[in-house]
Amino acid sequence: MLQSLKILATTGRQTIPDVTTATLPKSYRGRPVISDTTCATDCTMCKDHCPTTAIAITDHHVSLDLGACVLCGECADVCPEQKITFTNDHQLATNDRSALIIAEGNVSGISFDPNLVRSEITSTFGSSLKLRQVSAGGCNACELELNACGNVNFDMGRFGIEFVASPRHADGIVITGPISLNMSEANQICYDAIPHPKIIILTGACAITGGIFANSPALQRAYVDTHHVDLYVPGCPPHPLTFINGILTMIRSRRT
Amino acid sequence: MITIHHLPLAVRLDEIPVVSVEEAFACINQYLRVGQSRHVFHMVALPHTDGHRVITVLADDHTHSVSLTSCIVRTGNPVPSLTPSNAQMHIFERDLWERYGLEFTDHPWCKPVRFPVDSFHRKGIDDYPFFRLEGGESHEVGVGPIHAGVIEPGHFRFQCTGEDVVHLEIKLGYQHRDVEGELERARTLQRRSVLAESIAGDTTIGHAWAHAMAIEVLTEQQCDPITEHERVIALELERMAIHVGDLGALSLDVAWQLGSSYFGALRTPLINFFQLWCGNRFGKGLIRPGRNRFPLDEERRKAMRLMLAQFEKKFTLLANEMFSLPSVVARFEGTGVVTHDQVAAIGAVGMSARMSGLGRDIRRSHPHGSYRALDHVSVIEHGGDVLARAAVRRREVDASMRRIRIVLNELSEMSGSDAPTVPSTFTPNTLAISAVEAWRGEVVHVAVTDQDGQIQAYRIKDPSMHNWFALALAVRNNEISDFPICNKSFDLSYCGHDL
Repeated sequence: MLQSLKILATTGRQTIPDVTTATLPKSYRGRPVISDTTCATDCTMCKDHCPTTAIAITDHHVSLDLGACVLCGECADVCPEQKITFTNDHQLATNDRSALIIAEGNVSGISFDPNLVRSEITSTFGSSLKLRQVSAGGCNACELELNACGNVNFDMGRFGIEFVASPRHADGIVITGPISLNMSEANQICYDAIPHPKIIILTGACAITGGIFANSPALQRAYVDTHHVDLYVPGCPPHPLTFINGILTMIRSRRT
Repeated sequence: MITIHHLPLAVRLDEIPVVSVEEAFACINQYLRVGQSRHVFHMVALPHTDGHRVITVLADDHTHSVSLTSCIVRTGNPVPSLTPSNAQMHIFERDLWERYGLEFTDHPWCKPVRFPVDSFHRKGIDDYPFFRLEGGESHEVGVGPIHAGVIEPGHFRFQCTGEDVVHLEIKLGYQHRDVEGELERARTLQRRSVLAESIAGDTTIGHAWAHAMAIEVLTEQQCDPITEHERVIALELERMAIHVGDLGALSLDVAWQLGSSYFGALRTPLINFFQLWCGNRFGKGLIRPGRNRFPLDEERRKAMRLMLAQFEKKFTLLANEMFSLPSVVARFEGTGVVTHDQVAAIGAVGMSARMSGLGRDIRRSHPHGSYRALDHVSVIEHGGDVLARAAVRRREVDASMRRIRIVLNELSEMSGSDAPTVPSTFTPNTLAISAVEAWRGEVVHVAVTDQDGQIQAYRIKDPSMHNWFALALAVRNNEISDFPICNKSFDLSYCGHDL
């Protein structure tokens, strides 16, 4: 007992006091910014070197889909014009799929549309949200970060947000991974077992678009195409702060 | 058989002898009969006009060598199985049977491995022939694929009498997303590298390094010593972070709240250092063939020394408490025993072997890069139980910390050279093998090129391929309620196995 107290005394305060204003070190690769400088004629280096298909070039204008981006930063490395940079902004989650497409000159953060939030989410889940997580082909990095959301540093539980063991006790499903064919049925059964009203959160580039595995023949992504998604949490994996802030923004939002 | 010393290696496909099935069979049996210093690294099948050319890669820990042999197995022509005489071959032969339809006359346990999309048998994942125990006292418990916690999917089928587990069978494959196929179809180094980092997120460094080495030998590139040293630091830091996290998870499973919270908090500065170093908490984006993208400069080395000093003090205090608390030790001791003979028979690798007295460790047996000069000493325990696995983790955290400090000091006195430019076509008709001792054990990558210098086959072996069977043995004759701590004490990979 005395030894336990002695150990406790060495810990100090571990919890981040305010997750909504917490920042990450400059080295963190978060939200990319594409400047509106003109590219060299017919240069497609960024697009050619992107490991996923996140980058599109239309009429010499570059855009980047954060839903497919794995935040590797290779495009910034190869661009001869230093047109693409990665900021340390971790506030990337949104309920608006189109907000994840970053256009040239877009320097403001990822926007969230309070008018798209279903009214039952704010009225029912405002101060308590229980989630069932399903890993459907995830590489375990997303799962580890979701577990970290509940540790003493990030302490998501203080907001009444928790992962639960049974879908029957859950208010929503958090999917990680590109949804493998072998996991697609179990994922659907789990979703069906959650009582209404229920929400869907896609976590990580794999879940949102298939990510690095988007073209794999071993996926079955019909579920994503046929259900309404309430929150997109991009990243590879998303930082715990990205996930927690995304949910807080969603359940605390008010329609305008 | 062709024997080669030193990994990673590249060997021309026509240098690997092609012998008759009978001769290959005898040769592999004779090789493995020598004993525990030898085990199977991998089995790879390549399409051949008459069927498949099966290449077997075997490793000898004492002579630091790897031996290869191959034979042509004709389609529809059943061949004898190596499994009855060498249980460790079971998973590789099952893979060949499932993926290519190779038939074995006497494989005792020919069951699906991962239900791949290119499966020969085209079986759905619900079609698995479970072993069943029948009788008045027996009952069956099925768990998964979705588990209570935030973890990956897999199905566990327990055959019990009362509270005791008689047999556990593990059905995997839910995580299959055809990583190997995607690596074969990838055309840029960037895409290959990100795929390698996504094989198992908790082994990002292990797999990224194995992949980088395979590409480096296929392009005849050599990394400079600074790059190699930095990779050692990354690999050992990954090991520390996972071991600390798992000690926390083990604490939670025996209801020791202080350990659960505090080990969890102690993992944070370790993975946050990756974030400071390369912008990602798992080290994604760091290792690329021929180079590391982010230098471990003097400023970062200083930050790392400071972080380790603070970490060490707290970790030592907490770990000492953990291993002296009767309530924790009593739950760990004697639980989930896998004996030395069992781990040797099933070909367990890495910490799943070292916890039961079998010192299998690539850093010592087949050292690569900077490990060649480091004279690695493995951490070995003998109990074979949860306590031994926890003790291996605790001691490996200390050992990795010492290793990192030595390498950090050496780095201060080294000056680098420019990173080589890695071409996008490779030496044709060649087979490359690389192996890395990641935190679970040996990660082995085998890349085979065609006549145009393109990758025709990319085969990955996560240590979990060997080690899942150790978990099944660990829970035998234990209460079913001990399954969680047994499972957590191994912490095997689903996605690394399912690929």
